[in-house]
Amino acid sequence: MTATVAAPPRAGGPGRGIRRGEALAGWVFTLPVILILGIFLLAPVLMALWVSFSDWTGRGSPLSANVNFVGLENYAAITVDGGLPTRDFGTSLRNNAWYVLLVVPIQTALSLFLAVLVNRAILRGRGFFRTAFYFPSVTSSVAITVLWLFLFSATGVVNEVLSWLGINGPNWFQDPTGIVHNGLRAVGVTSGPAALTENDFLGISWWDWMAGPSVAMTAFILMAVFTTSGTFMLLFIAALQNLSAEVHEAAMVDGANAWQRFWRVTLPQLRPTLFTVLTLGLIGCWQVFDQIYTGTQGGPSKTTLTPAYLSYSSAFLDQDWGRGAAIAFILFAIIVIFTIFQRWVLRDRPVSKRRARQYQPSQPKEARR
Amino acid sequence: MTRHKTRAMLGTGALLVTGALALTACGSGFDDGGGAGGGDDSELTSSDEALTVLIGSSGDAETDAVTEAVAAWSEESGIEATVQVANDLPQQLSQGFAAGSPPDLFYLATEALAGYAGNGSLKAYGDLLSNKDDFFPTLVQNFTYEDEFYCAPKDFSTLQLIINTSLWEAAGLTDDDIPTTWDELADVAATLTTDGVTGLAFGPEYQRVGAFMAQAGGQLISDDGTEAVANSPENVEALTYVKEQMEAGSFAYSSDLGAGWGGEAFGKQLSAMTIEGNWIQGAMTNDFPDVQYQVVELPEGPAGKGTMQFTNCWGMAADSPNQQAALELVEYLTSAEQQLAFSEAFGPMPSVQSAAEQWTADNPELAAFIAGADYAKGVPTNDGISAVISDFNAQLEGLKTGDPQQILDTVQENAEAIVG
Repeated sequence: MTATVAAPPRAGGPGRGIRRGEALAGWVFTLPVILILGIFLLAPVLMALWVSFSDWTGRGSPLSANVNFVGLENYAAITVDGGLPTRDFGTSLRNNAWYVLLVVPIQTALSLFLAVLVNRAILRGRGFFRTAFYFPSVTSSVAITVLWLFLFSATGVVNEVLSWLGINGPNWFQDPTGIVHNGLRAVGVTSGPAALTENDFLGISWWDWMAGPSVAMTAFILMAVFTTSGTFMLLFIAALQNLSAEVHEAAMVDGANAWQRFWRVTLPQLRPTLFTVLTLGLIGCWQVFDQIYTGTQGGPSKTTLTPAYLSYSSAFLDQDWGRGAAIAFILFAIIVIFTIFQRWVLRDRPVSKRRARQYQPSQPKEARR
Repeated sequence: MTRHKTRAMLGTGALLVTGALALTACGSGFDDGGGAGGGDDSELTSSDEALTVLIGSSGDAETDAVTEAVAAWSEESGIEATVQVANDLPQQLSQGFAAGSPPDLFYLATEALAGYAGNGSLKAYGDLLSNKDDFFPTLVQNFTYEDEFYCAPKDFSTLQLIINTSLWEAAGLTDDDIPTTWDELADVAATLTTDGVTGLAFGPEYQRVGAFMAQAGGQLISDDGTEAVANSPENVEALTYVKEQMEAGSFAYSSDLGAGWGGEAFGKQLSAMTIEGNWIQGAMTNDFPDVQYQVVELPEGPAGKGTMQFTNCWGMAADSPNQQAALELVEYLTSAEQQLAFSEAFGPMPSVQSAAEQWTADNPELAAFIAGADYAKGVPTNDGISAVISDFNAQLEGLKTGDPQQILDTVQENAEAIVG
């Protein structure tokens, strides 16, 4: 290592002296990874990109001569044409957006909460709780989905428990009504203002965009929180154990109570982990597929349809391969944009003046007195 | 700096070259035989290659029966053939077609026909079959795409009314009360509805509700497949009838009763009647052996008798290297004798008319199902119809609180987009 750093600049270009062939060796060592990534990652992605701009119908090679370039046709079909494909895509985005909106904050908060609990030195049986909370994460999502279908069936355990509390539980996986709409209906609002019902985006009226996740999707949201919180809890535990006790102690000496210590001292130090957890959560949520595939296949009334599942069904079931690929790339763009946005929100900022003032002892006043 | 730049450029270049290499490698790996096969070509390929048959099996009984039949044919013809059971048939078929190495023969659903026929994956061999005139004409219609008879129907099912006889008698009903009109059906359903039991339950889908549409004289797309007729007054009348009965509480969707399908609601005695196909026999024998039931024809609607039929065919791949042998295998598998054997093993109805009489004699209690073949409507086969139907199904789930005209107008709009 030190030799590399101390190496003198090359005197007469490559190919001479003791460092001859170093570049070649470097390439030879990296070649396997380049090949593997190229063949299994770059090539498929480029091919999918091509398919999304082509009229390939799923027979033979997408690169053969009788596959034509159709420009943005596939993208237009799902975004601006206004027909069934557009409405399906709009519906899937609506469903998934609500899913993300609820799952990401809840799972992040819950996993942080669990991590703080489990991290406390005085807790007895910490190992047991850590394992218990992590357990759902190591179980196959298909198995958990099947379990969930049983738990949330009309006569399932969840409804049985709810009935003890005098609540008549919904028919979870068969109930397509949106929970926001249901809430509004409870206060007597059954249809939205004309401004919302008559204007639409991607073939879905704004009123329907506001429907909230359907009861069926809510069951999936609970499941996602249940299964992923354990994984993120581990990330938070690792981060918490890396925090230096001195800073904490200093805050104690300064008289900060536990609540203040958490929000002002611990949480800011967890920012890198928070970013990781939010990003992973966001990506996972936008890509939700296996639960839908095994559980509901988009039903009831398409309220659990997600872009990932729609992409699969357009391609494999309806033979619209270009459209399926186009959906996948739009999904990719959404994820990238959200991640960049999140990075921007969580960036390291210089301390604002208002915030800085809080840390300034208010000496001038006292001095005057 | 320059050194860094050169390196970066070299790296990018290497990556691009690798990518391009990988792409071309993939490209040549595929079988680019896109032009061959398809509809116009009536020449069959012939070679001594072994056949692969891909099936989507309902269970061991079906797998064993098909495997046995194919093995028997293999022995007779001297051509090797293996049966594979798909976990996810549409996906595995799509992969096979994309890779250029599809199975030679496979189960093909009506709604998948147009997609695969349209992209040239299928061989249209129907007219080459020696027993082609023996198939029920409505079934042949189901597998005709752009005037070509693509593939041989392997069997079929129709929907009829299934009645729980003990609940029927307990409600004081007799054989004379078996409904023959919509009004009578509404009456007996109301009579049978008690606390915890709904008169009639069926799945929330076009594949069940469509029977009422047929009885009213309506359908989604005209018989010749060129015109969308989804929002016809007949269809509105049918959905309105179902909606009214649901509001009255004598009809219900199986999902609303907490059952996965009509047969489960019926077997658990959550409903006294259901609308299902002949597969219900196997389900009742296996899961609910204690429930006594009888099968009768669905009542007549305003336009007379009507029901729906479902069928699969033996699809043949355009890329198959040994289509001649595949054709012979299909003829063997669809012969009256073999279909009766399949029927005995796992319950479907034979798709050939010459077997109908024997089948009725063997299964007198199921005679209503095969009687339906005369007036049953199939699921439309236009390209893109499955998306339209799944959207229709999504809306049908809300029929009880929805507006039939509005639902059908949306379906009409969607259907027009694919028919045009």
